[in-house]
Amino acid sequence: MSDDDFLVNIENLRFDYGDRPVLRGIDMRIPRGRVVAIMGGSGCGKTTLLRLISGQLRPTAGTVRVAGEAISEMSHARLYAFRRRMGMLFQFGALFTDLSVFDNVAFPLREHTDLPEDMIRDLTLMKLQAVGLRGARDLMPSTLSGGMARRVALARAIALDPALIMYDEPFTGLDPISLGVIGQLIRQLNDALGATSIMVTHDVQESLRMVDYIYFISEGRVVAEGRPEDVRDSADPFVHQFVAAKADGPVSYHFPAPDMAAEFLGAAHV
Amino acid sequence: MSRVLDMLRFLGGQVIDRVWRLGRASCFFLAVLMKSGAALLRFSLLFREIWFAGVLSLLIILVSGLFVGLVLGLQGYEILQRYGSAQALGTMVALSLLRELGPVVAALLFASRAGSAITAEIGLMKATEQLKAMDMMAVDPVARVVAPRFWGGVISMPILAMLFSTMGILGGWLIGVVFLGVDDGAFWSSMRASVDFRHDVWNGVFKSVIFGVAVSLIAVFEGYYSEPTAEGVSRAITRTVVTSALVILALDFVLTSFMFKGMS
Ligand SMILES: Nc1ncnc2c1ncn2[C@@H]1O[C@H](COP(=O)(O)OP(=O)(O)O)[C@@H](O)[C@H]1O
Ligand SMILES: [Mg+2]
Repeated sequence: MSDDDFLVNIENLRFDYGDRPVLRGIDMRIPRGRVVAIMGGSGCGKTTLLRLISGQLRPTAGTVRVAGEAISEMSHARLYAFRRRMGMLFQFGALFTDLSVFDNVAFPLREHTDLPEDMIRDLTLMKLQAVGLRGARDLMPSTLSGGMARRVALARAIALDPALIMYDEPFTGLDPISLGVIGQLIRQLNDALGATSIMVTHDVQESLRMVDYIYFISEGRVVAEGRPEDVRDSADPFVHQFVAAKADGPVSYHFPAPDMAAEFLGAAHV
Repeated sequence: MSRVLDMLRFLGGQVIDRVWRLGRASCFFLAVLMKSGAALLRFSLLFREIWFAGVLSLLIILVSGLFVGLVLGLQGYEILQRYGSAQALGTMVALSLLRELGPVVAALLFASRAGSAITAEIGLMKATEQLKAMDMMAVDPVARVVAPRFWGGVISMPILAMLFSTMGILGGWLIGVVFLGVDDGAFWSSMRASVDFRHDVWNGVFKSVIFGVAVSLIAVFEGYYSEPTAEGVSRAITRTVVTSALVILALDFVLTSFMFKGMS
């Protein structure tokens, strides 16, 4: 595959919060038209990575290229032009609490197009129909269940038919049924829109079922990658720990702590 | 010795922190002004904020104005009576309200009613990532969320101050003329004779515009830069009310000393 077949190219990406390194050299390529999962433990920098791809943060070193252009070198106007072609599903939905479900989904259309109101209505209802919530158009976000709120946020993220859709932990906090629904939706929407999707998650089973490619991140680096069928019977100890949900392995169960004997026995002497 | 150094360090830190916030607020002010085009052109956005900031503060402003006027009427009558000039009550009530109490008290009320609500709204939008989501949709939150609220406050403030003064004058009239027997004609004619449009009415309106800018800026700034947690937002709301009060009173002194110096 040539470089053109990849929508997102990440090279030696580093990022520090202050002097605390979070990403220590990530290399990643996201092929066009595919659904790619990025997996890793909580706090390993998955959300940070999505923010770097979408230009909300600037890398400490390295580059993120989307459609061949380095995100961190773009002007504000250029970045906004790119973001019109990106959709992002936030971890907690981030619906506008003062707007109804309908107005939330219509928001990007109203801000970015001069379409007449009846056209906006049709487009909005189509997006809501795609996530199965056309009947919920008049509800306020505060009255929605977690799964419904996530689907509304999804409808809003795809309102402008984005070429790149990013999902931050789309499965967290959902019951098994809603979880399956969201998983299917992500797959269907990607294929129907001809988009490329990046999904950050720690839900292995659901991801193995529906994505085309998986990256594993740990300690700020990509430690393993592969297609679901390869990942499932991978001998790699990290992947094995993750897929089999083992508490201890290459990823330690314990937060780094002083030696146990010294801590407990040492205290007895005082 | 080290206690003294610690003290100095603490004081220095506080000063630097204040100056730094002031600098950041100034930059933010410029950014809001530069991104105000859409807010001022899209009337529906602006109207919602004028409604929110202005109309919701209306009741408290009207009621407070009436009470302040009633008190002014009582106190003014009692003092003026001593010099046998109770018919000047109209002058006293109108000048106190138009020059000082109208703009200042209305601004203090506005800061605690509308300013705190603006800070809370923006702070909560930030804490729940709504501002980030908007930014990700290529909609600038400063232009879409901050600027309309800022201008809504700036436009509402002078109107509210004028309503406050009007209610106050009515309150003074009610006490003076209806209850204490000051002559109705004397009340109004003394007022008309001594209230100068430019010096008194216009200066008062000018003050309230300045207060409107200050309070609205503080409210949007505190909200936008609040720490995105529940405690962070609640601290930001407190800061809006406290800082606004201090800034209003300090600005009032500065403005008054320029406006009314050398007047007899
Ligand atoms: N604004 C911030 N300032 C400082 N540290 C942060 C900030 N945001 C996240 N972090 C830290 O960076 C690490 C990665 O965070 P994040 O990307 O949110 O992880 P994930 O999404 O994988 O759970 C975490 O350890 C977190 O504590
Ligand atoms: Mg995260």
